[in-house]
Amino acid sequence: MSTAAAAPAQDPASALPVTRLDWPPLALIPAIALAALPLVGSLPTWVTLTVAGLAMGMMIFMMASGLTLVFGLMDVLNFAHGVFISVGAYGAATVLTRMTRQMQAESLASDLSAMVPAVLAAIALAGLLGWFFERVLIRPVYGDHLKQILITMGGLIVFEQAIHVVWGPDIIPLPRPGTITGAFIIGEAAIERYRMAAVIVGLVVFAAMWLLLNRTRIGLLVRAGVENPEMVESLGYRIRRLFVGVFVAGSGLAGLGGAMWAMYQEQVNAQMGAQMLVVIFIVVIIGGLGSVGGCFVGALLIGLATNYTGYLAPKLALGSSILIMVLVLLWRPRGLYPIGRA
Amino acid sequence: MPEPMLALSGVNTHIAQYHILHGVAFEVPRGGLTMLLGRNGAGKTTCLRTVMGLWRASAGSIRIDGHDVSRATTPDVAQLGVAYVPENMGIFAGLTVRENLLLAARSGAPDARRLEWIFGLFPAMQKFWNALAGNLSGGQKQMLAVARAIIEPRKLLLVDEPTKGLAPAIIANMVEAFRELKRTDTTMLVVEQNFNFARSLGDTVAVMDSGRIVHTGGMDALAADGALQTRLLGLSLDSHQ
Repeated sequence: MSTAAAAPAQDPASALPVTRLDWPPLALIPAIALAALPLVGSLPTWVTLTVAGLAMGMMIFMMASGLTLVFGLMDVLNFAHGVFISVGAYGAATVLTRMTRQMQAESLASDLSAMVPAVLAAIALAGLLGWFFERVLIRPVYGDHLKQILITMGGLIVFEQAIHVVWGPDIIPLPRPGTITGAFIIGEAAIERYRMAAVIVGLVVFAAMWLLLNRTRIGLLVRAGVENPEMVESLGYRIRRLFVGVFVAGSGLAGLGGAMWAMYQEQVNAQMGAQMLVVIFIVVIIGGLGSVGGCFVGALLIGLATNYTGYLAPKLALGSSILIMVLVLLWRPRGLYPIGRA
Repeated sequence: MPEPMLALSGVNTHIAQYHILHGVAFEVPRGGLTMLLGRNGAGKTTCLRTVMGLWRASAGSIRIDGHDVSRATTPDVAQLGVAYVPENMGIFAGLTVRENLLLAARSGAPDARRLEWIFGLFPAMQKFWNALAGNLSGGQKQMLAVARAIIEPRKLLLVDEPTKGLAPAIIANMVEAFRELKRTDTTMLVVEQNFNFARSLGDTVAVMDSGRIVHTGGMDALAADGALQTRLLGLSLDSHQ
């Protein structure tokens, strides 16, 4: 539904405290990239690392964006978010491993005929699991952070074991479709096709989320609910239904991110979601709880920093993420784009 | 005698282990403005929140326009045509003025004539139409909170301390707005600490103390009785002239 409303006769734009774009957090992205250039030394290597960092950032964004909305809107600490990532990855793998013929055809249409159902399966499976989690595990512990941590950690462990029961304990190799395998060369820089594809998918997801949140009534409700759920209820809206919708959508996005991440890693295992959880929480905190824009910027910062550090000082890769989080919180204690929660 | 718009009977409210409202009973007549007065901590805000369903009454009955809402959820109460302006105004700081009003118009885009009427009451809303609500001054935020509550016709308006912390010029604007609202069909229950504001607008009054209703009646009678004011409220309206 469109949120367009009749504008008043007088254009008020000239009259007021103008809302300016908060650009300093955005400027951090090119700043980190440019700061890394002299350290890396080689322009082609820097280009390769930058594209890899952006791709990684986009995939982290897909995995983290649902969690930040759940955090912001529902005030739920969901440590089981990792299992949605793993289940999404397994869902995609289940489809892709049955469609090897289409994936080896070296045609985009053929690859898409395998990847689209795989991605849809990932989203649907993770979304379904998210619905189950909200109904059965999360609903009884709304408002109690300690119980949320305990029950979602328990849920994570139980469902990781359930993955072993359903798909077996072994790592599942996951070959990429032919058209997004390999690299193309620009100048002397080698750019992996899959990473470019990940950047494009990430941008599409971000644009879709931005449009949904800023151009629809549902998005308006979600943004208002993140700030002050009680007031949204006082306006006559049933926030619980919104909670369920956001939880399922957030789980589905985690499933999409898991599918992308699995194809990036070319393998699937039950712990892959839990392994990403620390980075995802860092991104959510850096961005500001509940802020999708902040989550996007934070994910790109972490993606870039991890790749540059991984090249320059591999043992410090995770440390760089924590260092960025500390620096950001010293600068903006509530994250890059804090939401004014009531 | 017509049924009151709001009737509370024997309402008790507990918040955690604290017993806040003790058998609260009073009525808000249709079409008028009832002031709910009392010292700080008397239970006025709890009373409004209990009516709104934000805190559940542990005993007693709450009826709005003939409907029993004692066990109703907040959205159910709101959908009966009740609007609520909380003490902290409850505006969505990250949304624009336009978006705040749009969200409150549950039936779709706000009616253009209604919008013009609101702009007449609160010109700042038109001026700051596309501004982030968080950038508004305290008075403008209060105007937005009231404007949001009346963006569609409501049966009952619950307002918690609309003049709190506002400059005298803004309070005068607020008084005019409430006078205009009184000309509509809307019934209002307003919690207020500013006695002059209460006296200038109130038709009836209920006074609370320690979670109980200790006085109900006409506002004129209370305004004319300095001794009663001192006994109920701790000070006389005359001292606020």
